[in-house]
Amino acid sequence: MISMNWVKDYIDLDNEDLNELAVKVTNSGVNVENIISNHIDNLVIGEIINCENHPDSDHLHVCNVNIGKETIQIVCGALNVRKGLKVIVALPGAILPDNFEIKKSKIRGVESNGMICALFELGLEEKTEENYNKGICELDRNAPIGSDPLEYLGVCDTLYDLDIHKHRNNDCTNHIGFAYELASILGKKVNLPDESYNEIKDDINNHFSLDVSTENCSYYTAKMVIDLKIGESPEFIKKRLVSAGMRSINNIVDISNYVMLEYGQPLHFFDKEKLGDKILVRMANDNEDVVTLDEKNRVLTKDDIVITDGKRVVAIAGVMGALNTDVDENTKTVLIESAIFDSKHIRYTSRNLNLRSEASSRYEKGLNYEYTLSALNRACHLLEKYAGGKVLKGIAKYDNVDKTKKIVKFSRQEINSLLGMNMTDDDISKQLDKLGFEHELKGDKFIIIIPNRRIDIDTNMADIAEEIGRLYGYHNLENTLPKSESKPGRYVGDVYIRKIISKRLRNLGLNETKTYTLINPKMADMFENEHKNILLPNPMSIDKSVIRKSILPSLINVIDYNKARGIKDINIYEISKVYYDDFNEETKIAIAMNGNYINNDWNNVKVKVDFYLLKGIIENLLDFLGFKNRYSFEESNINNMHPGATANILIDNKKIGFMGRIHPATHKDEIYLAELSMNALDISVKPLKFKEISKFPSIEKDVAFIIDKTISSKLVYDVIKKSGGRLLKEIKVFDVYTGENISENKKSIAYNLVFEDSTKTLTDIEVTEIVNKIINDVENKYNAKLRNM
Amino acid sequence: MNKEEKIKSLSLEISEKLEKVQDLKMLNDLKIEYLSKKGPVSELSSLMKDLDNEERKKFGMLLNSFKNEINDKFDEIRTKLETEELNKKLEEEKIDISLPATPIKIGSPNILERLIEEIESFLMNMGYDVVDGPEIEKDLYNFELLNLPKGHPARDAQDTFYLKGEELLLRSQTSPVQVRTMLSKEKPEPIKMICPGKTYRRDDDDAVHSHQFTQIEGLVIDKDISLSDLKGTFDIIAKHLFGEDVQTRFRPSYYPFTEPSVEMDISCFNCHGQGCNLCKPKGWITVGGAGMVHPDVLKNCGYDPNEWQGFAFGFGAERIAMLKYNIKDIRIFYTNDLREMEVFDRKEGE
Repeated sequence: MISMNWVKDYIDLDNEDLNELAVKVTNSGVNVENIISNHIDNLVIGEIINCENHPDSDHLHVCNVNIGKETIQIVCGALNVRKGLKVIVALPGAILPDNFEIKKSKIRGVESNGMICALFELGLEEKTEENYNKGICELDRNAPIGSDPLEYLGVCDTLYDLDIHKHRNNDCTNHIGFAYELASILGKKVNLPDESYNEIKDDINNHFSLDVSTENCSYYTAKMVIDLKIGESPEFIKKRLVSAGMRSINNIVDISNYVMLEYGQPLHFFDKEKLGDKILVRMANDNEDVVTLDEKNRVLTKDDIVITDGKRVVAIAGVMGALNTDVDENTKTVLIESAIFDSKHIRYTSRNLNLRSEASSRYEKGLNYEYTLSALNRACHLLEKYAGGKVLKGIAKYDNVDKTKKIVKFSRQEINSLLGMNMTDDDISKQLDKLGFEHELKGDKFIIIIPNRRIDIDTNMADIAEEIGRLYGYHNLENTLPKSESKPGRYVGDVYIRKIISKRLRNLGLNETKTYTLINPKMADMFENEHKNILLPNPMSIDKSVIRKSILPSLINVIDYNKARGIKDINIYEISKVYYDDFNEETKIAIAMNGNYINNDWNNVKVKVDFYLLKGIIENLLDFLGFKNRYSFEESNINNMHPGATANILIDNKKIGFMGRIHPATHKDEIYLAELSMNALDISVKPLKFKEISKFPSIEKDVAFIIDKTISSKLVYDVIKKSGGRLLKEIKVFDVYTGENISENKKSIAYNLVFEDSTKTLTDIEVTEIVNKIINDVENKYNAKLRNM
Repeated sequence: MNKEEKIKSLSLEISEKLEKVQDLKMLNDLKIEYLSKKGPVSELSSLMKDLDNEERKKFGMLLNSFKNEINDKFDEIRTKLETEELNKKLEEEKIDISLPATPIKIGSPNILERLIEEIESFLMNMGYDVVDGPEIEKDLYNFELLNLPKGHPARDAQDTFYLKGEELLLRSQTSPVQVRTMLSKEKPEPIKMICPGKTYRRDDDDAVHSHQFTQIEGLVIDKDISLSDLKGTFDIIAKHLFGEDVQTRFRPSYYPFTEPSVEMDISCFNCHGQGCNLCKPKGWITVGGAGMVHPDVLKNCGYDPNEWQGFAFGFGAERIAMLKYNIKDIRIFYTNDLREMEVFDRKEGE
């Protein structure tokens, strides 16, 4: 949150409309999410020209108030209301804090057309008894009637609620940093605040020694201030802290926060009396502990940076101070710390201790070493001015900062080629000026120095192109298209087969689902036991703690979800990746079906989902993919599947998946499931080729066998096919029968056989001979009997 | 009765009987009764044999015309009866065409898949390949080579599901596919690809957050690809998805793997930039992030940044689908209510 009143201390915004400015700021890269103003509509300065007692009350008054264009009657209960006062009037329609809307009303029978306000009623003062007793706000005699009282009082403020991209978090979260951003947008100068103060003769080095024994502290500076008088902060500091979402505590603590909000440099104030005469910055020891300002005991590790007095830990560097050296109401002397600690370590400590502070979040993002001293001096200035402090001469300083200048060289052509713009050297120069980047043009090369306040910028041309581009304005970009060689796009790898399988299944009437990859471990092993599960080390919930190795459990959930909503016929599929515990992936096709496939009740047209329908869908898919005559089904036993109605699906005699009915003990509904490996289907098949239909007529014969129930139709089929030879073109099962006239453990299967010769017309004698051979072979092999038809 | 009178009387008799005929069976019976070989009409022919030539000729003609007349009458009645019978049959076969059809159902695509297919086919026509990548990804590809070394603060924004130490993870973005695509080339060559795919972050599921979501990644690398090419590409995609009236803009942004980085905004198709609930209050809607591939990322993937440059973009498929189809809850994409999905089994409107 940035207070624009505050920013105005550093940059001239007098002629800027803050709403328009917010748009400019947003367009150049820092999002102004919200503009919050304490402006209140229908608030005017008025003069009480008449004030009489309310006829029906002992404390209310009836006032006539001149608000410029008219005079209105208002009932007021304040003790200090009187004729001649200039006051703040809230007219009907004004909305005061806490959404209190002013309306015309009658108070004890007398019309009142507004409210005469106290400052606390406008959110400008705290709601205390003292402020309440002060009564209504008495404005100066010369306050202009009819104008905006908040503007007259100079208390108008506008806050920008910023949504800042990560890389700008270190500068745009602070008022000076944000002022520089505005300066680069508006092409204005930034005026830094007053850092001056008087020093007394006594030198800090007489009282205090500094030692740094870790490379994770690159810069440590300290000043000492004595004779401090703890008290309330001045109004402007209080207001500004409140607008930044901080509480005002006392003048000393407030100044430390205030300077941090100005420069982004966190400061820490030690009570010098409690601290003693030494500071040693070092890495903590494992299990070393400290009680922090929030009165919690913190156990440290060797990766935490600590400030010590040689023995005791007096602060966890960059995160929080210790209780043993805190500033309290008796503090008279402070040691101000302004330092730079390694951001990665602060990040680690803050995460490890689960302790985030305004300071730690700033350290994590990295700091500009140029502000370390500025902030230190600024704090001295403010302590002298607002806390009666006297600043000791000298500074305790440890300086190991890398001060190498960040220099970038680039040409106009490089920038234009990357951005696709047509800027001139002059255009680029102008943007660099606005950014405040020192630059010179040597030949066709710009040489620029990046200021330290922009630690987000790297020394590559693209980074500079971004800065120039965003200020020059992306609205200047033309819409062009890549001028690359034109070739058609294609599906790479197994994307193609995934797409065509998906479309085919949809054309077969199945709906495509998308379900979560992370599932409950209870479901994970339902049908897949070959592999182990991948368990998430840190799941968010047990329901989402396993990476699935089968899609089917999720599809059963989808069926249950839809059934619970009254949907009866549910035919779905999903193609997704699954993972095994060796972290290998496989893409699977899962199908789940329940209810009817086709259904028209009134007309009695119904195709119920059963094993053979699902088998038909799978065969259709496999035929479509070119696997005709290469696939087969074999009986199978799979967990949670019906032992008598489940089959493995094979291609070239290799298992690629399974299908069947869910076990009735697993699910009450008759659900049919299939799961196939998509990758197993992504293998080469024969090229498409035209096949001529025979010109000679075919001959059909029907045969039916009575065989043991246990003999599968496929076994009989295989014998028929072998015995039928090359003239047998087609074998169709057209009837399967058990019951009357067939003994109990037998069944009858009837086949329709089609014979055809592509070279001549077949004779009935020829065909009968083959059929007799078939009958003979089947009878012999499976103890079958020909059934008379 | 002479023979002429016999014909006349027989003709009268048949006509009377024919008038009483009601159906084809009666007609057939009548035909057998009178016109069969032994019937009365044939009997008349037998009279011929006693006549002389002249008379026989005369009588023959008379008889013939009588026979023709009778046959015609029979035919006429038959046609009439047949027509009546057919009409009756048609009347009986009339159906109530308002009764419900036997449903022929083609399956619906998942709503996200539908959107993805639309974007894929549009961009494939512009020469983009569609590629895929693993969802269990190496930290190296998901972060490190994308300029997000361990400890980089921007990793926080993508709260990641780590597996097996911190080397493997469920990919938090589709950007690792950029890295894989570049690394897959034996030597640097131009690239034009998109990768729609599942991504995962540790977000609690609610109406606008989902721990699993879908990104559509795009990458174009060549020798002279510029930010304005990215702008033009975004513009044409936005217009394809949201209509020709849609305006596009870039806002500066930050991603570690692009430089410059931008947010891609479209003017609100709902209120045309006036400000409404959808785009409140600004009139613009952010639909994705993009930028010029960071020189370090190019370098990491074997492309010399002094020679090659390119852009990358990423859209949230759920976000676009929610905007485009007016969906208020992201969980809808993953609950798969068949009634909600059915709507999407149709061609796009204009």
